[in-house]
Amino acid sequence: MSPDKGQIWIARDFYNCSACRRCEVACTLFHEGKIWPEASRIRVFMLIPTLEIPHLCSQCHDYPCIESCPTKPKALSVDKNTGAVLVNREVCTSCRRCITACPGNVPFLHPGDKKATICDLCYGDPECVKACQEGRYNALWTASRPKGISYKLYARKPVDMVKEMAYRLYGDKAEELI
Amino acid sequence: MESGYAGKFLEVNLSDEKIVETGFNEDVLKQFIGGRALACKILWDRLGQRWETVDPLGDENILLALTGPMTGYYPGARICISGKSPQSNGVVGSTVAGEFAIELKCAGYDGVIVTGMASSPVYVFMMDGKAELRDAKHLWGKDGKQTIRLINREIVGEFERKRLRDRMWREPGILYIGPAGENKTRVAAVEEKWTHGAGYGGYGAVMGSKNLKAIVAKGTGPLPDPSDPVKTKALIRRIVEYRLREDDMRRWGTGFGGYVVGADTSSEPIRNWQEEWHDRKEFGVDEFERKVWLKRYWGDYGCPTTCLKVACVRSGPLGGAITDNPDYELQAYLGTNLGIFEPEGNVYVSSVSDDLGFCGIQVGNLLGFLAELYQRGIVTKEELGFELNWGDAKAFGRLAQMIARREGIGDILAEGTYRAALKIGKMKGIDLLKYAVQEKGMAIGAHGIRSGLDYPPIIAYACNVQAGDHTSVSGMGLEEEPGELAWGFMDSAVICAFNSVKPLETIWEFFRAITGWSTTLEEWNTVLGPRMLSIQRALLLICGPDVFWDPRVDDENPPRYYEPLPSGPEAGRATDKADVQKEKKKWFSQLGWDDLGIPTPETLKKLGLEDVDKAIEPLRERWKVI
Repeated sequence: MSPDKGQIWIARDFYNCSACRRCEVACTLFHEGKIWPEASRIRVFMLIPTLEIPHLCSQCHDYPCIESCPTKPKALSVDKNTGAVLVNREVCTSCRRCITACPGNVPFLHPGDKKATICDLCYGDPECVKACQEGRYNALWTASRPKGISYKLYARKPVDMVKEMAYRLYGDKAEELI
Repeated sequence: MESGYAGKFLEVNLSDEKIVETGFNEDVLKQFIGGRALACKILWDRLGQRWETVDPLGDENILLALTGPMTGYYPGARICISGKSPQSNGVVGSTVAGEFAIELKCAGYDGVIVTGMASSPVYVFMMDGKAELRDAKHLWGKDGKQTIRLINREIVGEFERKRLRDRMWREPGILYIGPAGENKTRVAAVEEKWTHGAGYGGYGAVMGSKNLKAIVAKGTGPLPDPSDPVKTKALIRRIVEYRLREDDMRRWGTGFGGYVVGADTSSEPIRNWQEEWHDRKEFGVDEFERKVWLKRYWGDYGCPTTCLKVACVRSGPLGGAITDNPDYELQAYLGTNLGIFEPEGNVYVSSVSDDLGFCGIQVGNLLGFLAELYQRGIVTKEELGFELNWGDAKAFGRLAQMIARREGIGDILAEGTYRAALKIGKMKGIDLLKYAVQEKGMAIGAHGIRSGLDYPPIIAYACNVQAGDHTSVSGMGLEEEPGELAWGFMDSAVICAFNSVKPLETIWEFFRAITGWSTTLEEWNTVLGPRMLSIQRALLLICGPDVFWDPRVDDENPPRYYEPLPSGPEAGRATDKADVQKEKKKWFSQLGWDDLGIPTPETLKKLGLEDVDKAIEPLRERWKVI
């Protein structure tokens, strides 16, 4: 999907995730020019093996991260083309408020410059999605994003989501795993 | 710092509770690419002169977990585990997939060298250039799933408590052992995740003997910079595109083999190799897919192939069994070799084996061996405490538990097929080695040689420096896969052989882009590879201290491979002894070794291994080689 067709969203189906983390490789080769797992804007959580959760920005309709940003002007802003949250690294003070404001604690401080780091949707053509799609996993795909509040539901903490997934996949056996 | 290397190795002395950083100069890293080749160098330098007396399960042995320069950048992450093997008493390079290698490199280390022995259970924790020993008493006795659960909770919880609020933390990389390793069974693996194991070599027992439950790493740095980042990126692309076209491997992994290796090539172990042919379509990969697969693709960091699948038996008497879907080796060894021809039973025994921390190949060989003794009335129900009939998944699971905990006859079996055959044989006054399908203390991979239709040459195992290893076999051409040179490089680089591409030259291009060195495939085939194999061969021949190999006797196939195949379209075929002798000599001479496979003084001199030559001089005299 090209940026001129409006805002996009990276749709996700956790059960399809193969744990290959090629999304992370693609993300950091694009953004960092190297492989850097903890700098990846999409981070696959593997708290319970086999129940992998790609964790990335949901672009909530009300952007609580931007709301929480205390600097003037704000270090965080919305990319009008894609809906992604952009970080002005010159302005960011590493205060971490965006991390706690996010219902899924998705933003993080980059391990290199310690500035807030959030998925920028690669300006409309996300590398992680391409990696996932060419592998035919379909854990991630690009969807158009009509206005709505649903997307925020996906801003959840992996530690909570993984429990729910464990019960669906493994039934009562999940109790021994979580 | 050399490109592709973090530049530091962590050396942990468990006896003194001392942790230091160490390193190797560029020339050593160039001459011994490591992984497996560097492991040979480290073990030779530190233990070579007294190899014969070093007990693999004693405090002198060294446990190595080494990445290679390509680890992480080449798609699909693995790490090479090595040391003196409690199976072969030689050196085995045993690799395991998973994120530990990535976390280790991102934490700033290329490898871990563990010496000594802790007085009580510990684990090593490292993060971003700092490492410490931690108490592991609460983890001791725990199976794989519980070990991972507890360590993840502990580490992630601790990050949160310390208010390391830079990010929401995810799990660390974990190398660990299960009860089988803790109890020093020689068939124990070093594991990752729930189900991945470095099986060959038996290094789980080495960790257990050191009271080392786990090595845990968390790194927030990048992988070390490659020498040529632009070329590296282009090559990653090339490898990924190549692998994405390998549809069979992606869709089924090696799991299509459980049916076809039996039905098509008559080379699958059945009931302890009494047969190698079956036509049981109910054991086809399509049955697995319909009955037990939960995930169609599962893999490790950066892997485009994702040949693994997640499997679960949901209901029935075997309900609750969860593991990755048995690959070919485990379909064979924990399926057909035990007379199990249905996915549920196979998944059940595999999950028991994984949870306990066994190498599925080694323990499957051992269980099959005992079941044949039971079939023949050599071991009885009274001795076992229960019946052990072919196909009875529950009974095999029960026996696996006894082996892991060294209960009853499990205590003898825990020594592995070869040593158990000697012990039980002595007790019974019968030669049981004729039922032991093993090579120099190690169970042989599940690809038979009798039909001549599968890939391993007839000397695949008999001359193999890694003994029974089916992923690094003797007698193949220099660039043929999985020959000892071609895949010996994979264990050194350290990359996943299931992400290999043709021509192999592409992988070497990748190697040079990462390291910036000019090393060529030819150099590997003529100097670097043979040097690694010559050290492995020398140490395998020195062996000791509990069992010794005599090349005149032990460079041989197990007796069973000379019995004619009893069933199937290839019935009647067997390996020819004279052919084996002929092929053996050819292979040895190709490597510059004499007729008994002892590297000649000229060869060792050419490889710069004069000290190895000196150390094996007594062997030449012992076996009267002029």
